[in-house]
Amino acid sequence: MPRIGIFVCQCGNNIAATVDTKKVAEEMARLPGVVFACDYKFMCSSPGQDMLKQAIKDNRLDKVIVSACSPHMHEKTFRKASEAAGLNPYQCEITNIREQCSWVHHDKTKAAGTAKSIDLTRMTIERLKKNKPLKKINIPIKKKALVIGGGIAGIQAALDIAEGGREVILVEREPSIGGNMARLSETFPTMDCSQCILTPKMVEVELNEKITLYTYSEIEKVDGYIGNFIVQIRRKAKYVDEERCTGCGECIEKCPFKVESQFEMKLAKRKVIYTPFPQSVPNVPVIDAPNCPKIQKDKCGACAVVCGPKCIDFKMEDRIITEDVGAIIVATGYELMPNERFGEYGYGRIKDVISGMQFERLASSSGPTGGEIRRPSDGKTPASVVFIQCAGSRDEKKGVSYCSKVCCMYTAKHTMLYHHKVHEGQSYVFYMDIRAGGKRYEEFVRRAIEHDNAMYLRGRVSRVYEKDGKVIVQGADTLSGNQVEIEADMVVLATAIVSRTGADTVAQKLGIGYDKYKFYNEYHPKLKPVETVTAGIFLSGACMGPMDIPDSVAQGSAAAAKALSLFSSDEMMREPITAVVNKPTCNACWDCVTACPYSAIERDTVKNRDGVVVRWLAKVNDGVCQGCGVCVAACRSKAIDLKGYTDEQVYAAINAF
Amino acid sequence: MKIKLTKGAIENPLIRQLERVSGEELKRCYQCGKCSAGCPVTFAMEIPPSQIMRFLQIGMMDDVMKANSMWVCVGCLQCYARCPQSVSVANVLEGLRQLHLRKGEDREQIKDVPFPFLKNAPQQAIVCGFRKFVS
Ligand SMILES: Cc1cc2nc3c(=O)[nH]c(=O)nc-3n(C[C@H](O)[C@H](O)[C@H](O)COP(=O)(O)OP(=O)(O)OC[C@H]3O[C@@H](n4cnc5c(N)ncnc54)[C@H](O)[C@@H]3O)c2cc1C
Ligand code: SF4
Ligand code: SF4
Ligand code: SF4
Ligand code: SF4
Repeated sequence: MPRIGIFVCQCGNNIAATVDTKKVAEEMARLPGVVFACDYKFMCSSPGQDMLKQAIKDNRLDKVIVSACSPHMHEKTFRKASEAAGLNPYQCEITNIREQCSWVHHDKTKAAGTAKSIDLTRMTIERLKKNKPLKKINIPIKKKALVIGGGIAGIQAALDIAEGGREVILVEREPSIGGNMARLSETFPTMDCSQCILTPKMVEVELNEKITLYTYSEIEKVDGYIGNFIVQIRRKAKYVDEERCTGCGECIEKCPFKVESQFEMKLAKRKVIYTPFPQSVPNVPVIDAPNCPKIQKDKCGACAVVCGPKCIDFKMEDRIITEDVGAIIVATGYELMPNERFGEYGYGRIKDVISGMQFERLASSSGPTGGEIRRPSDGKTPASVVFIQCAGSRDEKKGVSYCSKVCCMYTAKHTMLYHHKVHEGQSYVFYMDIRAGGKRYEEFVRRAIEHDNAMYLRGRVSRVYEKDGKVIVQGADTLSGNQVEIEADMVVLATAIVSRTGADTVAQKLGIGYDKYKFYNEYHPKLKPVETVTAGIFLSGACMGPMDIPDSVAQGSAAAAKALSLFSSDEMMREPITAVVNKPTCNACWDCVTACPYSAIERDTVKNRDGVVVRWLAKVNDGVCQGCGVCVAACRSKAIDLKGYTDEQVYAAINAF
Repeated sequence: MKIKLTKGAIENPLIRQLERVSGEELKRCYQCGKCSAGCPVTFAMEIPPSQIMRFLQIGMMDDVMKANSMWVCVGCLQCYARCPQSVSVANVLEGLRQLHLRKGEDREQIKDVPFPFLKNAPQQAIVCGFRKFVS
């Protein structure tokens, strides 16, 4: 006979107001197997826990039940206390008589609440009688991280993990790391030059021995689970031998062909063999194969001729490499919505209508105009510039419903840059609300208005058209109630920030969730902001939604801290609530394999002595199984059981009802 | 109404003069509307205090000059006391009155004021009234 102890919690008045806890204890004491029962004011308090421990010892209890709040609250607390008193922690069960009884039954006579508490506790007793001791699962951990995306968020994460003494692999799709921040001129709210604060970090990545940098590379496939991921990485052919290239740039110089530069947002051209920008890390050019006549039709080859160390190889092919890592940080960043979607703004039709990111390039001292604000059509300095905020954002019909968060701030920054560079110029900003939530942000915007002469107009623009060489902007100023017309020399759109094209494919490879805009989902928006539902995979930066640099950096560091804390021990302990296959009854129908949402079930074989496969069997990988129980329901021969929630336990509870 | 906004319109010399006369920086107003909310005579104004500020910001001086708001203002300074940006609309309205009065565009003629009123009103009120409405 088991020796069961029952502890009924009053939770102050939370439970006791509608449940007669004393009566519940008395009723339970009468049941077979129960050798101890009591009620207590606060079981979770230190005296409450001490009482539990003492009672276990005094009464030689081998199983205990705490009838109290939801197991989400204190299951861990009481299992720990039981363990300290010498029990297997899984011999402690919780009956939820707060959320399920006292809080839902307002009957002051306590009749309903008490009756239900008695029933639920009785059921738990029968269930507990069938409990088997369980052991926590130990998972070995590979102390190496993979960071996907080399923008500021990914760079920060990689550097922090390396600082913490662990190895990192940083995978970047483009020929250089840096991401969108490398494009920016100066950065709000302090106006430091983006390149000046970013490039030192990029160089640090290159020099840090703990960081292996794979640029021009993408994730091909991810297998495994927390602590033990196996990742295949496609290293796209650069056609330049990275080891031998000295970065002299002779090849770029000699290449006779030019195409539009993506980095310069099509405001300038680049060679077919190129580095995206002068401070690229690594400083190794790549050949843009689709545009290279040598690779396409064996014509040219000028670069190979001038290359001193002879490191150009037109026959180079993509390579797939495999890496084992313990944690993955996703930092793939954002893109901008195509501005052409809004015909009324004239982008693509009117040359002097540009995007905010293009304005960054115009204002950047390393940009196509050397930092002078000159308009694309004729290179003239614009005497008036109209900025249109929320271009695509907060527009349910044609754009996205969310706010892109950074554009209010960067538009204020643009008006300042413009005023500093073109003193006589007049800037106008059409806005719906000014969103400047952040340290020193509101002051920044006020500075643009009060000191740098930006004329803010509250309202949207409905039409932009050309007339006599001018760009006419027709908008509204709702504050004065007027329709407003402005003759502008240039128009800048604060384009909506959207997720990367293909963000969903990346998420599917990793098994992480995303929202309807394909921004990645955090585990919990407040309490687990950099975790994902998949253990061991973390997020940082604008791949989760619009975010500025300070937040992206903070998240990069946060994700790194998560990875480092995972790496702080050799093994990880996991709750043993996982599925097990009963070998004799499994008939290998693979229904569970298809049902498992975490791909935790493998197709295993049984071999005879000669190594010949005699049977197939489902096998659960303890490292991956999340204990959801879907397979249990799917299995038609009842060959899978969930530890801690076995059929036997569940039926015992139901029968007791 | 439809307005054409230009640098010239925003930098209207008369508005710059108003800024000098009143000592108020018009750009400081961020259109929260608290002045209009608190002003005891908003109901009688053709353009409420906060909108006076907005009109001036975007160069609509003519409309402001024509409106009765500056004459209706009783100078209670409620607007200034409440304004989070420390703008005194009262000063701006006084400045506007000055722009009229300095050109001799009086709001009242002393001879038109009925004698019984002059006789009964407190002397303080008469001095203030003349100072406000007459050059
Ligand atoms: C016009 C404009 C001006 C701005 N100005 C400011 C400012 O002044 N101050 C400020 O704080 N913020 C500013 N921002 C916001 C700033 O750009 C972002 O906060 C920051 O760049 C986000 O960094 P990230 O690393 O998350 O993303 P990103 O910079 O987008 O970096 C992501 C990286 O991941 C790589 N990548 C993507 N997909 C993959 C893949 N599948 N595999 C491998 N690599 C991949 C990309 O190539 C890129 O290098 C501005 C934004 C815009 C649009
Ligand atoms: S940050 Fe400002 S400009 Fe950008 S979408 Fe939000 S409200 Fe509009
Ligand atoms: S319990 Fe859930 S996670 Fe575990 S193997 Fe079954 S279906 Fe997969
Ligand atoms: S000073 Fe004039 S504008 Fe200001 S609250 Fe008083 S009456 Fe209104
Ligand atoms: S209270 Fe001040 S800031 Fe607000 S609308 Fe009036 S003058 Fe402008």
